Amino acid sequence: MLDADFFRRWMTVTAASVDREAERLTALDSEIGDADHGSNLQRGFRAVKDALEKEPPATPGAVLTQAGRLLVSTVGGASGPLYGTLLRRTGKTLGEAAEVDRQQFAEALRAGVDAVMKLGGAAAGDKTMIDALLPAVDALGESFAAARDAAREGAVATTPMLARKGRASYLGERSIGHQDPGATSSALLISALLDAGPGDAEAGGGE
Amino acid sequence: MKMLINVPETVVADALRGMAAAHPELTVDVENRVVVRGDAPVAGKVGLVSGGGSGHEPLHGGFVGPGMLSAACPGEVFTSPVPDQMVRAAAAVDSGAGVLFIVKNYTGDVLNFDMAAELAEDEGVQVAKVLVNDDVAVTDSLYTAGRRGTGATLFVEKIAGAAAEEGQPLERVAALAKQVNENSRSFGVALSAVTTPAKGAPTFDLPAGELELGIGIHGEPGRERRPMMTSGEIADFAVGAILDDLTPRNPVLVLVNGMGATPLLELYGFNAEVQRVLGERGVPVARVLVGNYVTSLDMAGASVTLCQVDEELLRLWDAPVRTPGLRWGM
Repeated sequence: MLDADFFRRWMTVTAASVDREAERLTALDSEIGDADHGSNLQRGFRAVKDALEKEPPATPGAVLTQAGRLLVSTVGGASGPLYGTLLRRTGKTLGEAAEVDRQQFAEALRAGVDAVMKLGGAAAGDKTMIDALLPAVDALGESFAAARDAAREGAVATTPMLARKGRASYLGERSIGHQDPGATSSALLISALLDAGPGDAEAGGGE
Repeated sequence: MKMLINVPETVVADALRGMAAAHPELTVDVENRVVVRGDAPVAGKVGLVSGGGSGHEPLHGGFVGPGMLSAACPGEVFTSPVPDQMVRAAAAVDSGAGVLFIVKNYTGDVLNFDMAAELAEDEGVQVAKVLVNDDVAVTDSLYTAGRRGTGATLFVEKIAGAAAEEGQPLERVAALAKQVNENSRSFGVALSAVTTPAKGAPTFDLPAGELELGIGIHGEPGRERRPMMTSGEIADFAVGAILDDLTPRNPVLVLVNGMGATPLLELYGFNAEVQRVLGERGVPVARVLVGNYVTSLDMAGASVTLCQVDEELLRLWDAPVRTPGLRWGM
């Protein structure tokens, strides 16, 4: 089962991973955007990590709801509302439970991804974070490792796509041939689940 | 790239502290990143709040003052501000007559202002929104983020600001702002790439002998690259692109806007070419503004914005304004 401490670790690991990859995210963003994706997410996830360490919320839902709220207040750009909505809606869907299993988490994350699609108006194939998140959610029932692989493959698969949303869409055809920075950071977020532990067996699920 | 800064992390806060010191007539909240005119809220007056990423100065903070914006919310460099800033600004300027949010059409700005509008309404502030999307370089379709908000933002903020100053109601101020946007078109070119403090190097590679046509104001590459052109050829291209999209029947306001690193000498020379093209195309000109108003950090280049005006819009454009970035008649 996954408790509040697991979700707090998920955010901590994500913060570390965003720190490590910030330059790469910014470099990807300078190809087809405005060269700030790494620094913006870094600021946001640092704030999340600090707040969760100072006063750890008691339930998985509360951890993610608070993390989402902080991202909205600190990141700015499109990423702030989009990542903020992803975590807030996921957290709200988890409700008050003290522990959740991986299937429940997968369902909640799906609700979070749906909320992001509604807010940003993006669909699969538009060369956005959705292209990493949707396959990850589909694979999450299987294992965290499967979700990580799916998210990474989804991010890489954005390279040949034509951007239809966000700043990259201004480039038209010239957006083709570049990996989407938002899909790349989404893959980091999903990959962090594996490092947050516990192992998949302990996390439970349907299999 | 050398920059006159301390560290990249504090550029926005440092600039706000400097702005506070230079402009005691404004209330600058450095911590919460809100610039408010000193006499806000003005009784009975609609509040005008805008904002966006930093790096476009004097937009937006430099346009706060009598006759223009009531408050501005600067985000990080090229990053939209967060909803907390707009909610705070709305509360500071609302006299009970409501608040108009002026939003440039970028995904981040739209999402954050939308969230802010909901939160401000929860706190009892009546909010209207106007979207600025004047950049003809971007294909406007259901399959893109739509046209960007660029130079027309200055026209919207000035004209809506004058209407609000006269005491016109929120509905009317919002309608005028929308009218200005619908009658405005812009086109920009870059002669050099832009360097953000966070990256410290140019965000794209623009070879010495080339220019980028259809550039945005965030260093996002444009749609087409060509070998370097003369000022006259650029004016033909830029004004031509605008007139392909808008056929003015009334006189126009003309903004020849520098992107940050192009000297006024070149901008005035470029304006002469813009006026030549407008003359050749039979477009009557009502007013002309030349200078650095909607910039993109250290990018070299310029944009042209035309706004078709009727007598009412022209009267509001000519009305007195007193802000750090734009001042006449008072």
